Amino acid sequence: MTTKRLLGVFAVLIVIWLIVPTLVIIPMSFNEAPSFNFPPKGFSTRWYENFFTDPNWLKALGASLQVAVLTMVVATAIGVMAATGLSKVKFRGKGLAEGYFLLPLIVPGIVLAVGLYSLFLRFNLLGTLPGFVLAHTIVAMPLVITNVMASMQGLDPRLEQASASLGAGRLRTFFSITLPLIAPGVTAGALFAFVTSFDEVILSLFIQSPALQTLPVKIFNSVTQTNDPTVAAVAVITMLTSVVVMLIAQFATRKRKRPVA
Amino acid sequence: MTNDPTPLPGEHEQELRAEGLNTSTIHVIGEAGISLNQVTKRYGENTVVDAIDLVIEPGEFMTFLGPSGSGKTTTLNMIAGFTSVDDGLLHIYGKPVAKLPPHKRDIGMVFQNYALFPHKTVMENIAYPLQRRKLSKDEQKRRVKDALAMVRMGDYGDRYPSELSGGQQQRVALARALVYEPRVLLMDEPLGALDKKLREWLQTEIKRIHREVGSTFVYVTHDQEEALSMSDRIAVFNNGKIEQVGTSEDLYEAPQTLFVGRFLGESTVLLGAGTPLGDRQTAISVAGHQVIANGQFAQQHLAILIRPENLRLEPAGVEATTERNSVPVTITDVTYLGASRRYTVRLPDGTEGAVRLGQEARIHNRGDHVSMVWDIDAGVLLVDTGEAGESST
Repeated sequence: MTTKRLLGVFAVLIVIWLIVPTLVIIPMSFNEAPSFNFPPKGFSTRWYENFFTDPNWLKALGASLQVAVLTMVVATAIGVMAATGLSKVKFRGKGLAEGYFLLPLIVPGIVLAVGLYSLFLRFNLLGTLPGFVLAHTIVAMPLVITNVMASMQGLDPRLEQASASLGAGRLRTFFSITLPLIAPGVTAGALFAFVTSFDEVILSLFIQSPALQTLPVKIFNSVTQTNDPTVAAVAVITMLTSVVVMLIAQFATRKRKRPVA
Repeated sequence: MTNDPTPLPGEHEQELRAEGLNTSTIHVIGEAGISLNQVTKRYGENTVVDAIDLVIEPGEFMTFLGPSGSGKTTTLNMIAGFTSVDDGLLHIYGKPVAKLPPHKRDIGMVFQNYALFPHKTVMENIAYPLQRRKLSKDEQKRRVKDALAMVRMGDYGDRYPSELSGGQQQRVALARALVYEPRVLLMDEPLGALDKKLREWLQTEIKRIHREVGSTFVYVTHDQEEALSMSDRIAVFNNGKIEQVGTSEDLYEAPQTLFVGRFLGESTVLLGAGTPLGDRQTAISVAGHQVIANGQFAQQHLAILIRPENLRLEPAGVEATTERNSVPVTITDVTYLGASRRYTVRLPDGTEGAVRLGQEARIHNRGDHVSMVWDIDAGVLLVDTGEAGESST
């Protein structure tokens, strides 16, 4: 019994340790004083007001949303195609191919960032919207692939054969049968892609320009260059966005308990 | 029905001639429902379907019967287009289909695991092939309703597949595969996952539906009873080849190979070295006794196959005559089957035999020494291929 209690206490401590640094930012964002005080002095929502009235912050938010949505669309489209292909074909070294697609998850971000920086410099992609989307897609796509592959595994290949025998071509079969059945995985993958892009900092720091900065980049610049507590409010907003999106992703994968016969 | 009344579609004749076929072969292909010419499938070094020739008549109920790994399912998948044809010609109603994707072959397919679309209702499942064929909404509704009525599932249109039992799901799958009136319906062990009672009932249902729609049915099974009771003709597969094609009676009464004889129904097989007897009979030495069968073979290792209902048990010491054979046996088991009794007997050399006797026959007991007697005409002489006997009884 005591071991159980000890384990419980230990678990609670771990949970607190994991979440407290994240939660600390919340009281800080409601600080009255214009500094990063903890514990905060007084209560005010002035930093939130500041955020929503400052065109620079709003521009960064707009850029982030734009990049994240485009990344989500591109990464999902390519990721679903890659996962479909990988789940269909059998060849020697298929495991290697799968590993190759997941490489961006393993390679240190800074390595990727330096490589991309030199490439983008050459192709004039630095500080451009396509540049950001391309870069973010690289790190977002593996998440789409893993999620979609997981859904594909539960898919009976006979369903696609049945569809073909009933007169549907490959495209028709994909949109009428395959896609609806792997929808939970696709949705989850897409949302993961969105969040990954929305939170991405390392690549973004390298390819940013004064004209185009995403929110995390702006936060980083603000923290390193000024002492503006608006950052705390922005951080809370970013965090909430991510949490909400991840919850939707969770919900999407849980839904549809109907057995895939 | 959409069945084409012209036996030889002119537009395909040129293609067939270009393949270097002669007129009579072209006629066979043109008049066949499905024709396979030297159809071959290899996986690496392994030839799983070995140069098969088969002509399935339009409207026929053809069953592919064989043990697992005999090539029957691969052959079906080649007809369906799920598996590519490595060699040979494949025609459906005179149309060369070997290079055609499945959705252009005008076939229906029923799978063992039903393969209903889980995200669509029963009605949506059945309407799916009609949507692909761009039928009007009214026409779709009418046809779906008819198809559901045909399989007696009229009240289940709004259910999802997961809400149906296995037998119900398979009936929906059957309706879905037939609603667009394909000329060919392929079935891959459709009743394999169902219990015996349901299976027997669905067998009669499938037979009835076959009579109603008149399409060519190709049915794959490893269950010989199912094959015997349902088919117009049966093709028995073994090791990637077809051993024999024929009606149930042909296969049961006049098997051409020992494999076919053993695979279908029960039998007693006596093996031994054969010596010609006159011009048309062969004598075989079985456990020190000479037995006689009609027919002659060049090979020395031969077998006589006798069905259990053609064997009789007589008092020990009954002699063979020019009309009948007799060997001494010991009864090792008796099973009461209601209308008949089934005796398992053992010959002096250890060979087992099965004898079925009706109510009127004298009753014997386990351990009795008797004579097993059969008319020479009732034994089938076959070549002993040395293959281990596989019986599915």
